[in-house]
Amino acid sequence: MANGEMVMEPDSMPEALLAGIPVGGDRVRRHRLSTRLWHWLNAMTVTIMLMSGLMIFNAHPRLYWGQYGANPDTPWLEIGNAGGHGVLRIGSLALNTGMVLGLTRRPDGSLHATAFPGWMTIPTSYSLSDARMWHLAFALVLVAALLAYLVRSVINGHIRRDLAMRRGEWAPAHLWADIKQHALLRFPTGLAALKYNPLQKIAYGAVLFVMLPLVIATGTALSPGMDARLHWLVDVLGGRQSARSVHFLCAAGLVGFFAVHIAMVLLAGPINEVRSMITGWYVLPKERRAKAPAPGEEIAA
Amino acid sequence: MSGFNNSAILSRRRLLGMGTVGVGGLLLAGCDKINANPALRSILQGADDLHYPLQRGMLGRDTLAREFSPAQMSPVFRTNGNVTADTDAYRAHVADNFARWTLTVDGLVKTPLALPLAALMAMPQRSQITRHDCVEGWSAIGKWQGPQLGGILAMAGLLPAARYAVFHCADNFGTTPYYESIDLIEAFHPQSILAWRMNDQPLSVGHGAPIRLRVERQLGYKQAKYVMRVELRDTLAGLYGGKGGFWEDSTGYQWYAGI
Repeated sequence: MANGEMVMEPDSMPEALLAGIPVGGDRVRRHRLSTRLWHWLNAMTVTIMLMSGLMIFNAHPRLYWGQYGANPDTPWLEIGNAGGHGVLRIGSLALNTGMVLGLTRRPDGSLHATAFPGWMTIPTSYSLSDARMWHLAFALVLVAALLAYLVRSVINGHIRRDLAMRRGEWAPAHLWADIKQHALLRFPTGLAALKYNPLQKIAYGAVLFVMLPLVIATGTALSPGMDARLHWLVDVLGGRQSARSVHFLCAAGLVGFFAVHIAMVLLAGPINEVRSMITGWYVLPKERRAKAPAPGEEIAA
Repeated sequence: MSGFNNSAILSRRRLLGMGTVGVGGLLLAGCDKINANPALRSILQGADDLHYPLQRGMLGRDTLAREFSPAQMSPVFRTNGNVTADTDAYRAHVADNFARWTLTVDGLVKTPLALPLAALMAMPQRSQITRHDCVEGWSAIGKWQGPQLGGILAMAGLLPAARYAVFHCADNFGTTPYYESIDLIEAFHPQSILAWRMNDQPLSVGHGAPIRLRVERQLGYKQAKYVMRVELRDTLAGLYGGKGGFWEDSTGYQWYAGI
């Protein structure tokens, strides 16, 4: 179907067309320039932060709670190896991670003891200083880009109009209905696809207002220099080693978001979705009843 | 019709999936290429260098690092880096309990000093329970005691050209001596001390006897052990690798270790 053309179809609503309201199949503006710019800059930055962060973790693959934590102390999470395979320890639980975490095989076949394997890290082979070089440089990009985007989104009304939950959307019945729609992979169509649904708003809100700010706050709390200025921040987080643990958990949360986000993009129509985040233009998915076979067309099995 | 559509979508998906893997692979290879590219490294390092003026702008000169109560101390404070200075001269100092050891203070000072350990012990002392943060990520809380570095530098009297305090140490990595350096704001910070006591005991060899620098707002590699000499300089260029410290020269850790 030619995009952007108002083609009269038997199933479309003539009154909506007359009023200029877009319907399924129409090409519409979906994402503002600020959203598109930040989305891709942030995607790149978070990827670099994550991969360099995993290398930094490799330097001391143990996490603790509290103000202090070092080798003589008890970690709540540790990635190591034993008996010829990797081991992920969480509390008293020990998971066999095979050749993925804790122990990997190099291309030449030799074994390599490392928490996260080279294909997950920046740089590929062990270098704490190079990983810090990437991490500390892009930390500035992460903070500056998020601040600029949040300020812009307050000014242009993006947060109020698109991201804020409406009064009724927190209602359990409404959320449950949205969860069911997602589980059945029935994504909004027509005009409804222009608005974020409640689960989308919660996911984007969690990233924008919880995970990214928290990953920045906990990262800041790891700096002994900033700690001197911000005693309260370290105390609120429960100590520097707790901050390091929360920093890691936030990163894991962002990975979780990324996985669901990519799955949703693939299920909702990757080309249309990705194009809308690049050019801003989005083709509204057709209303479901418009999918009924046209007269004379046979129903395919 | 719909069967055709489905397979078209699937193949598109498959294509996109392959694309993602391909881009991922390129990204990885690209990152290692960028990582090895001198021009791009200098851009990243330039961005890293911004943390120094940023933190200097946000931190007051004398803003104190957090101090803890005795109950919050690490049960065991691990050692790391060199755990002794492997030279005959150092072993001789250990054998006679540092009785003939002196701390040299020289360079851009009015009066060079040679201070025996007893003199450092007799000076006004500062005691602090602070957190030691290793660049690797671990932290240990311990108690440190010693004279303030600022008081020692005031005794020597700085010449106007002095900009850095350099700490020359007795230990080596291979044949390369350990050294570290800080700016004068950090050198005159109230918590910057030359610790000869740790956890209410004389400083052990493992932790840097007879004295170890404490710079509480920076990472562990700045806390030079086995300090033999404090040299005041106008520049770090021309000294060993020129980057102001052993790890800075050898592996590229940031000179400003407040982050």
